[in-house]
Amino acid sequence: MNASPAAVSASAPGAPSAPAAQSWGRVRASRRSADKLLIVACTGATVLGALVLGSILLMLIVQGVQGFSPALFTQVTPGPGSAGGGIANAILGSLVMTALGIVVATPVGVLAGTYLAEYGRASHLANLIRFLNDILLSAPSILIGLFVYTLMVRPMGGYSGWAGGVALAIIATPVIVRTTEDMLRLVPGTLREAGAALGAPTSIVIRSVTWRAAQSGIVTGVLLALARIAGETAPLLFTALNNNSWFSPNLMGGVANLPVMIYQFALSPYENWRQLAWAGALLITVTILGLSIVARLVLSGPKGR
Amino acid sequence: MVALSENVAVAARPEIARRPPSPAGDRLFRTAAFASALLVLAVLAGILGSIAYGGWPAFREFGPGFLVSSAWNVGREQYGALVAIIGTLVSALLALVIGVPVSLGIAIYLTQLCPGWARRPVAMTIELLAAVPSIIYGMWGLFVFAPLFARFVQIPVSNLVEGMPIVGTLFYAQVPSGVGVLTAGIILAIMIVPFVASITRDMLDQIPTVLRESAYGIGCTTWEVVRHVLIPQASVSIIGAIMLGLGRALGETMAVTFVIGNANRLSASIFDPGSTIASRIANEFNEADGLQLSSLMALGCILFVVTFIVLIIARLLVRRAKVA
Repeated sequence: MNASPAAVSASAPGAPSAPAAQSWGRVRASRRSADKLLIVACTGATVLGALVLGSILLMLIVQGVQGFSPALFTQVTPGPGSAGGGIANAILGSLVMTALGIVVATPVGVLAGTYLAEYGRASHLANLIRFLNDILLSAPSILIGLFVYTLMVRPMGGYSGWAGGVALAIIATPVIVRTTEDMLRLVPGTLREAGAALGAPTSIVIRSVTWRAAQSGIVTGVLLALARIAGETAPLLFTALNNNSWFSPNLMGGVANLPVMIYQFALSPYENWRQLAWAGALLITVTILGLSIVARLVLSGPKGR
Repeated sequence: MVALSENVAVAARPEIARRPPSPAGDRLFRTAAFASALLVLAVLAGILGSIAYGGWPAFREFGPGFLVSSAWNVGREQYGALVAIIGTLVSALLALVIGVPVSLGIAIYLTQLCPGWARRPVAMTIELLAAVPSIIYGMWGLFVFAPLFARFVQIPVSNLVEGMPIVGTLFYAQVPSGVGVLTAGIILAIMIVPFVASITRDMLDQIPTVLRESAYGIGCTTWEVVRHVLIPQASVSIIGAIMLGLGRALGETMAVTFVIGNANRLSASIFDPGSTIASRIANEFNEADGLQLSSLMALGCILFVVTFIVLIIARLLVRRAKVA
């Protein structure tokens, strides 16, 4: 507050008589340059952010597109030193584990979000759960990997796709809880009262009135969760690991997946491995960015906020 | 009376009587919702419990000395957390120092300077930065950023400061390969920018327009409005957003693993390779067993406690700010 009062009083005496343009001319040069600096710095920061995104996409396209071929989607990842190969097993493994994660996380997350918004509301327990869910939302994913390793990999005697799916589900759940609760809170109370006035018990009001009103928001939450877990690497490192062949149908043993494949192949000495890593990186990034854009469009659609 | 006549009507024409919703179904739904909510608690407790259990042998073997020992010798079974703790803190703090001004700049641009038609696409672009998987940041950092950084920053700066006191050690790269603690800090900064910027933007948006307009009304420039009106109004939430960014930077794994160089030594220079708790776990966990495995778990436990405290502070400050 030190600069402005002095500056204002300095320009005030001349202001009433002089035209507007001249009084702006009397604003102290230091104030004006500070203002210019702010505009340049803020615009620069935003441009910088956009440039980084552009540069990442450019890198992926330049390096990844040449790796695209039919073999990429039909062949399994090659062993060390062997030529050619594709990433079909990694794509399928990622799809299976991501689907597993979402299938587990969606009902749990939607129900927990419903509890917070409709039953628990402002009770102490609900506040505690809400608070801890927010913390789980930003908890380091590598710790979730360690947890699932202790919980499933060690007792079951080896890496498995199930453990990978559970780890992804644990990451996806808090996202869904959070968006579901936020969206249910936007539903006007009068809708619930109207349902209750028809004699419907709470559970039916929730299922056929509140959920339906918040549908697009809940779908957005699931899509955002999907985008979040599709690229997660750290938790899969200790749970599903990787595999250079098709995984067994019972999902036991290592299950190939895109993120861990990219991690291992990108840092390998083999040219064809690195090429596959780039192609996989392009594939996964385009998928995730597409999902995020769709999620935001669903939310800001005609029924959105 | 009304209820009675309804019953009569229903009894007379049973085909219009719908089965009344059973109270059991209502209770079942409520129980399911409650159980799901409790599951969130159980998972968090499970994470802490399992990591503490896994790390217990290391804590018992090395005692409190585990925190201050810089040893990490697989052959002699000597493990300490100091190097990884320092690497984690330094890289995260560098990320804040670089990332926070940029985040504030973006938030101010989006709320104050950006023309209306461009707001949504620009905001979307910044938010998409948050969606890029961390492993992609790692590849970008290692293959695109690190070579440029080595050529245009590390080598010139190292040549410039060589032999100088303090800065000569702080900014001297023994091997100017582009990877190192500062590189990790910069990549982390890019990763936390979208989170901090989006929360700050929401907070700035919530400030009543009247406040802004009255400041402009007494002749303030945009800078003065931002500096003396907006920032003080939103300061608590902005600190919360920064803590949230810190929480993310502390636990980030894959991107850091690519660019930090993974060396177990204490170095005074931020250009030199180091390691963080998360990168060490990611690097060694799959080949580890016995005491090494347990030491890695103990590292995870330390990371859990630190991020937990940071995130609690963040959440208390932000109080239900929107997080995408």
